[in-house]
Amino acid sequence: MREGMDGALLEVRDLRVTFGRRAAWRRAAGRSAEFVAVDGVSLSVAPDEIVGLVGESGSGKTTVARAIVGLVRPDSGAVLLDGGPLGPVGRRTTAQQRAAQMVFQDPRSSLSPRMTVAAIIDEAWRTHPSAAPPGDRTVALHRLLDDVGLDPSVARHRADELSGGQCQRVSIARALAVRPRLLVCDEAVSALDVSVQAQILRLLVDLRERHHLAMLFISHDLGVVHQIADRIAVMRRGVVVEEGRTTEVLGSPRHEYTRSLLDAALELSGAGSQDGEGTGGA
Amino acid sequence: MSRTRTPADAAPGGPIVEVEGLLEVDGLVVDLPVAGGAVRVVDRVSFDIPPATTVGLIGESGSGKTMTANAVIGLLPDGAATGGELRWRGENLLQASPARRRRLRGHEIAMIFQDPLGALNPTQTIGRQVGEILRRAGRPRAEVRRRVLELLERAGVPEPATRMRNYPHEFSGGMRQRAMIALALAGSPALLLADEPTTALDVTVQARILRLLRSIQQDQGLAMLLVSHDLRVVAHVAHQVVVMYAGRVAERGPTAAVLAGPAHPYTRALVDSVPAVRTRTALAHPLPGTPATPSNRPAGCAFHPRCPLARERCRTEEPQVRTVAPGRWAACHFAEELLQR
Repeated sequence: MREGMDGALLEVRDLRVTFGRRAAWRRAAGRSAEFVAVDGVSLSVAPDEIVGLVGESGSGKTTVARAIVGLVRPDSGAVLLDGGPLGPVGRRTTAQQRAAQMVFQDPRSSLSPRMTVAAIIDEAWRTHPSAAPPGDRTVALHRLLDDVGLDPSVARHRADELSGGQCQRVSIARALAVRPRLLVCDEAVSALDVSVQAQILRLLVDLRERHHLAMLFISHDLGVVHQIADRIAVMRRGVVVEEGRTTEVLGSPRHEYTRSLLDAALELSGAGSQDGEGTGGA
Repeated sequence: MSRTRTPADAAPGGPIVEVEGLLEVDGLVVDLPVAGGAVRVVDRVSFDIPPATTVGLIGESGSGKTMTANAVIGLLPDGAATGGELRWRGENLLQASPARRRRLRGHEIAMIFQDPLGALNPTQTIGRQVGEILRRAGRPRAEVRRRVLELLERAGVPEPATRMRNYPHEFSGGMRQRAMIALALAGSPALLLADEPTTALDVTVQARILRLLRSIQQDQGLAMLLVSHDLRVVAHVAHQVVVMYAGRVAERGPTAAVLAGPAHPYTRALVDSVPAVRTRTALAHPLPGTPATPSNRPAGCAFHPRCPLARERCRTEEPQVRTVAPGRWAACHFAEELLQR
C-alpha cells in the first residue's frame, strides 16, 4: 500500500463502491445481490493538474466522480484531500465540501429552470457562507460571470432562457462561486453543440491557469481528453487498466483495452477512404 | 462494381458524371407554427441523393437537419407547412396523398433513429416487429420466419433464432440498433434514413454499427441519408456531405474534398474543432457565440456574427448556394478565397 502521494491535492485510494445490497427484490429475482461499480480504484490529482478519466459506459467513471464529491458512500477505500480523508457529504467540513465541485453533463437539467442566474449563484453562497463575498454581492456576481465569459445582463435571466453553452458557463460559475480547488467535470462538454464545445474547453483550460484549479475530466471522447489532460486513467469494469501521461498512454497504449478504444475512435483525417477501417492498432 | 459513378469516385476537379437522383430535394421549405406566426426551420434546402450513395447531413442544434429528414420520410409535426419539391424517382412527395406516403414508408424509404428503445415496441418480440411489414404483405409464415432470421443475421444479431424471441429490453443498446436496422431493411427499401444512429452508443459499438451500415449500403446498393452532428461519423460513411446552418445549406459536395478544403467558414470551423485521437491537437480557436436558430436568424448571411471572414456585405446580402468548384456548392460570398488557401 503506498502512502499519500507527495503534493497530491486529491488522492483516491483503493476505492470500492457496490450497489444494490439492500435491494431485496434482486435477491428474490435470483440475481446477484451486489453490483461492483468500482473495484479498487486508485488515482491522484496534483494541484493545477488536469487528469482525464476515460472508459465506456458502465466502466465506473461517474461513480468515482460521485464518490469524490461525496454523493455515494464507498464500501471501502478512501478519498483524501491534502492527505486528509473525506467522508460522505454529510460528514465533510464546510471547507472540504467547498474544495471539490462538480460540473455535470447536461446543464439544462442540472440547473433549476425557473431560477434566475443571480439566484442560482446566490444559493451557492448561502449554502457556503464562508465562500460568500464580504461586500456587494452584485459586484462579485458580475465578476464571477465575467470570469466564465458571460455578460452581466445574463444575471437577470432564468436558466430556461439561456442556450446550452450559456447554461454550462452558469454551471461552472456556480461551482467557482465557492472557490473550489478541484473541479470534477463529468462529460461536461458532451451534450454541447460542436462549435460550443471548443469554447467551454478553452474556458476550462483558462480557469485552470487563472485560479490554479485542478480538474478530473471525465469523458468518452479520447480526442478531447488528449487535448486538455496532463495525465489519463483508463477504466474498464470498475478497474483502472492503464494510467500515465496522456501523450504516452494515447500515443503508445500498453493495455489491450486502451488499444481497442483507440481503434474504435474515429479520426477525421484519412477517413475519406471508403475501404479502410481506420489506421489500426499499434 | 456498380456502373453508377458517384462524385466520391471521381477525382477532385475531374468530370462529374450526371447521375439521376433517386431523391431530389429541391428548394425544400418547412414552416413550423409558433405563437403568433411561423418559423422557417428549413429554408430553401436543395441536394440530391443518387442511387447507392450515402449523403451525410451535418449540423448543430437548430440547423434543420432532422426536420429535413422528417420531411423526406413524411413525419413532420402537425401544422407544418411545406414548400419546394421532394422528388422521389420524379414524383413530388409533398403533393402525394397520405396513403401514398404510408405505402412508400417502410417499402421504399425506411428510417432508423437515435434511440431504438423508443422506436421499438416494448410489448412485442424483436422477431414479430422485424417481420411485421412482411406479414402485412400477406407472406406465408414460414417465409416470414426465414426472412426475419436472414435480416437479423445480416444486421449482425448473433443466434437470431433465439434472439428473435426476445423483447427489446432484453437487448443491449448496440443490439437494439441492429434489430432496428433489420426492421428497416425488411421492406427492401431503396433509401435508408439514419438519424444520429450511433450517438447514444459507446465508441466501440459505434464503430461496429457504422461498419455494418457501410457494408449494407455497399452490398445492397442502398442509398442512405445519414443525419449527424458528428463530422467524424459522416467522414467515415458518407460519399457526399451537406452542411446545414440555421435551416439553410452552408455547403455541399464530395465528403473527402469538403473536409480537406472547406468552401464555407462554418465548415472550416467544424473541421478545425475535431481533435485527433492518437496525437495531441492544440485546442481550436473557438467560434464566438452560439449557433443561430431559425427563430432568431441574423440578416444577410446567417453565419456572419460568428464568422472570422465576415465583411460589410455579409451583414446585408444573403449569399445564395452556388457552384464554387466542380461538384462543390457553397453559400459564402468569399468561398473562392477559402478554397485557395
